[in-house]
Amino acid sequence: MDPVLLVASIMVSATPILLAALGEMVVEKSGVLNLGVEGMMITGAVMGFAIAVTSGSPLMGFAGAAVSGAVLSLAFGFLTQYLLSNQVATGLGLTLVGLGLSALIGSHYEGQRAPALGKLDMPLLSDIPMLGRMLLSHDIMVYVSLALVAAVWAFLKYTRAGLILRAVGEDHASAHALGYKVVRVRMAAIAFGGACAGMGGAYVSLVRVPQWTEGMTAGAGWIALAIVVFASWRAFGVLIGAYLFGGVTVIQLNLQAAGTTVPVELLSMSPYLITIIVLVIISARGVQGAPASLGRSFHASS
Amino acid sequence: MNRRTLLASAAALSLAAGAALAQDVPKIAFVYVGPVNDGGWSQHHHESAMEMKDHFGDRIEIVEQESVPEGADAERVLTQMALSGADLIFTTSFGYMDPTINVAQKFPDVKFEHATGYKTADNVSAYSARFYEGRAITGYLAGAMTETDKIGYIGSFPIPEVIRGINSSYLHAAQANPDVEIAVVWLNTWFDPAKEADATQALLDQGADVVLAHTDSTAPLSVLEKAGAYGFGQAADMAEFKPTPRISSIIDDWAPYYIERVQAVLDGTWESHNVWQGIGDGMVGIGEFTGPIPEDALTHVTRMKEDIASGAYHPFTGPINKQDGSAWLAEGEVADDGTLAGMDFYVEGVSGEIPN
Amino acid sequence: MIRLEKRTQPSGYWTALSPILAVGLTMIVGGFMFWALGKPPVEAIRTIFWDPLFHPQFADYSRPQLLVKAGPLILIAIGLSIGFRAGIWNIGAEGQYIMGAVSGAAVGLAFYPSQSVLLFPLMVFAGALGGWAWAMIPAVLKTRFGTNEILVSLMLVYVAENILASASAGWLRNPEGMGFPGSRNFKQWSAVYNAELLTGTGMHWGVAAAFIAVIAAYVMMARHIQGFNVRLTGEAPLAARFSGVSPAWIVFLCLGVSGGLAGLAGLFEVTGPAGQVSIDFGSGYGFTAIIVAFLGRLNPFGILAAGLLMALTYIGGELAQLMLGLPGASIQLFQGMLLFFLLATDVFTNYRVRMLRREAA
Repeated sequence: MDPVLLVASIMVSATPILLAALGEMVVEKSGVLNLGVEGMMITGAVMGFAIAVTSGSPLMGFAGAAVSGAVLSLAFGFLTQYLLSNQVATGLGLTLVGLGLSALIGSHYEGQRAPALGKLDMPLLSDIPMLGRMLLSHDIMVYVSLALVAAVWAFLKYTRAGLILRAVGEDHASAHALGYKVVRVRMAAIAFGGACAGMGGAYVSLVRVPQWTEGMTAGAGWIALAIVVFASWRAFGVLIGAYLFGGVTVIQLNLQAAGTTVPVELLSMSPYLITIIVLVIISARGVQGAPASLGRSFHASS
Repeated sequence: MNRRTLLASAAALSLAAGAALAQDVPKIAFVYVGPVNDGGWSQHHHESAMEMKDHFGDRIEIVEQESVPEGADAERVLTQMALSGADLIFTTSFGYMDPTINVAQKFPDVKFEHATGYKTADNVSAYSARFYEGRAITGYLAGAMTETDKIGYIGSFPIPEVIRGINSSYLHAAQANPDVEIAVVWLNTWFDPAKEADATQALLDQGADVVLAHTDSTAPLSVLEKAGAYGFGQAADMAEFKPTPRISSIIDDWAPYYIERVQAVLDGTWESHNVWQGIGDGMVGIGEFTGPIPEDALTHVTRMKEDIASGAYHPFTGPINKQDGSAWLAEGEVADDGTLAGMDFYVEGVSGEIPN
Repeated sequence: MIRLEKRTQPSGYWTALSPILAVGLTMIVGGFMFWALGKPPVEAIRTIFWDPLFHPQFADYSRPQLLVKAGPLILIAIGLSIGFRAGIWNIGAEGQYIMGAVSGAAVGLAFYPSQSVLLFPLMVFAGALGGWAWAMIPAVLKTRFGTNEILVSLMLVYVAENILASASAGWLRNPEGMGFPGSRNFKQWSAVYNAELLTGTGMHWGVAAAFIAVIAAYVMMARHIQGFNVRLTGEAPLAARFSGVSPAWIVFLCLGVSGGLAGLAGLFEVTGPAGQVSIDFGSGYGFTAIIVAFLGRLNPFGILAAGLLMALTYIGGELAQLMLGLPGASIQLFQGMLLFFLLATDVFTNYRVRMLRREAA
């Protein structure tokens, strides 16, 4: 198995979940559980595709996908933050809305071709044998997603805004008492999560596949939710989780293609089983980090 | 007009319209397992249904229902169709077989046509296509085009239909290139563009340079295009990928059959039957050959297509051994339909095991 | 400026009124959507909400079908609601539903073609056991290693789907099915077919079980000490611990009950309406049931109503597709809207809306 090709495939396979999971992690850090990741991803996939096709620019597509994911997520935010609706049910409703809406919007874009997102070719660097091709010659969104991981990590750890966001997620009553605008912070986090999920969806329709087909994210949003838990709500954990899951998926397909003797049934279950096993090993060491206010509605009078 | 009268008049209108339609023209219904724009299986049934509708114009009425899950939901949808006055119902997925039979028992006056199954009744026909005939042609082309001597096959579920396709593809790829190997990847889904794309990439990474897909989306072709490798349209012509990476295609063309059966209903000559039609009957279409196909391969597949259509050549003609080396078909012997329909073994030369 | 003021207790008036308001709003907005799609809005709305219940041609058939569709949703949602009350997040009911069906069917098919009256009860037991066992995996991992149950239960759905595929294409395949996927059909095997208990009512054992579960859950949560412990764990985990409630026991109880009920739902579905184990057997009941549980405010009778309402939109949506040619996706969007409005209007139940003058300070 050629490691260069393998790493390239893994990156393509992992990036959509990485983006979506990273956004969802920020949302959950602020104390909100948005189960509508799948709906926001599929909306991002169709809007990103439509905008890229119309404008001829894949980067415009990603930008449009981020905006539409954020707009959709604000519907969730309005319901859960201002009307104090139940977050789990609202998130699932968001998934229904996103799936239905995307199919209606997308019916004009079936069978069309998207402009290709070029590979980033770094002079000299990309020519380094092995490493250059393995790590330094992917499309720009791969690097954007990696940069976002670092940015989110730094934001949560070192900035005042990050601290406020965490405070809101851990204990919204105290955060409120300290004078922080709990609802506004959460709305911002929700919008960020929607934008990330939208970009993740657009990565599927513009790079990984690339085309638009109804229902094409096929459950990736659910995997992203699981990855947040896997990561114990830490940015680099999300990175590891997404690459582990994407990696096992790609490796099992490669093992099948190479004609291994491992039974196919076991291989096709392996991404899920290995994620569980790794999480068990991690959690046995006692790392837990769910924000304490996760999923609870906040009302100033309560 | 207040709301109540508005509702009442709308109801009266629709009842009147329903009654008027029900009087004269036969109502033809279609049930699809996926959305009608899935780019593959359901879309092709839908397009064929539309072609049929255009053919008959106002002489028939057509209703359709998409994304109907197999099982309990299908039974309810079919019953509601029968209740709404449908005269002929096409159930276009294998999983509708038992629901179709059950509903047909309750509505003896309604006629049913079930795709790709084997059960029939007085008012239930079965129709299916010999896709393996198309696989023979695309398989041969794959063998002729590969430079790495390795072709890939994306399988959905390990069921006879798919296993037949793998065997037919391999046998004919080996005719074009005796050194060819076939690598099979199973996805356990009919439709998941991202997974199909990943699987195509994995096959390419493992050295395949032609990939045949038995899943529904055009994702594999998108990936093949980027890699400069070759593939085929599946279910649809997928003409947007001409001239490469798509160098030919297997097209499900149900329209001639739909026209024939609806005509039979109009004429009052409809009778239950069980048909398995191929290239000769027009149910399996072969899309235009495009791209850099070598001249001799082109001549060969063109001849093969004619011979299959005329019945002069059967894609499963002996000598063929099973994977374990035991004899299956003797020299000149032709596979019987029963064995083909329930095929659960690989032929000699295909490596790996069928999962179960 | 608009302000929400928390009510001391939920308003009974609004509890009844808010769903009606939500349905009304959905009709208006949904009507606009159908109109934009070029379909008659009034007729579309009527087809979805009215025809399944009262249409002269369909109602006799579709009214009982409401129970058939709602039965598994309610049964699963009841189980989930108990866990959700305790703060235990079983997202994987779909997997437990599938495993219940597969294990129940496997036990039954092992005795084919026995006509013993004991066989069906045995299958019911095996189905519940299958769902229970599948839910015990996250339970054990959570209590033993502290592994998060959301991830484990969700990932196990995909594992269950793989097992289902290999069962229907392989080890449970009908030996007389010409090699096609899918098990024997239970409808042709009278001893184990889960038929309607009363012809024409839609009531099969699964629906009966759903009704029993509603009452049992009500009694347990309102009257029984275990129900109290569950609620206490959800609302005040520390207080629960001090009063001697073992958190591990609550985890086992909640996941066990919800897994068992989901398994039962799967078994009754596979031996009844679905009829066979097939590749596409899992049709999302386990996920929809989460919506039903919350729509019913985790209250057993609320879940009953929510399950019936969801079933109505499914069946009405099917009719609207059939009669008016509405695209399937628009029905999905319509359901999502209904859900949004139901959740949004719920605010009036717990909060009072006050118009405030902008004050200087």
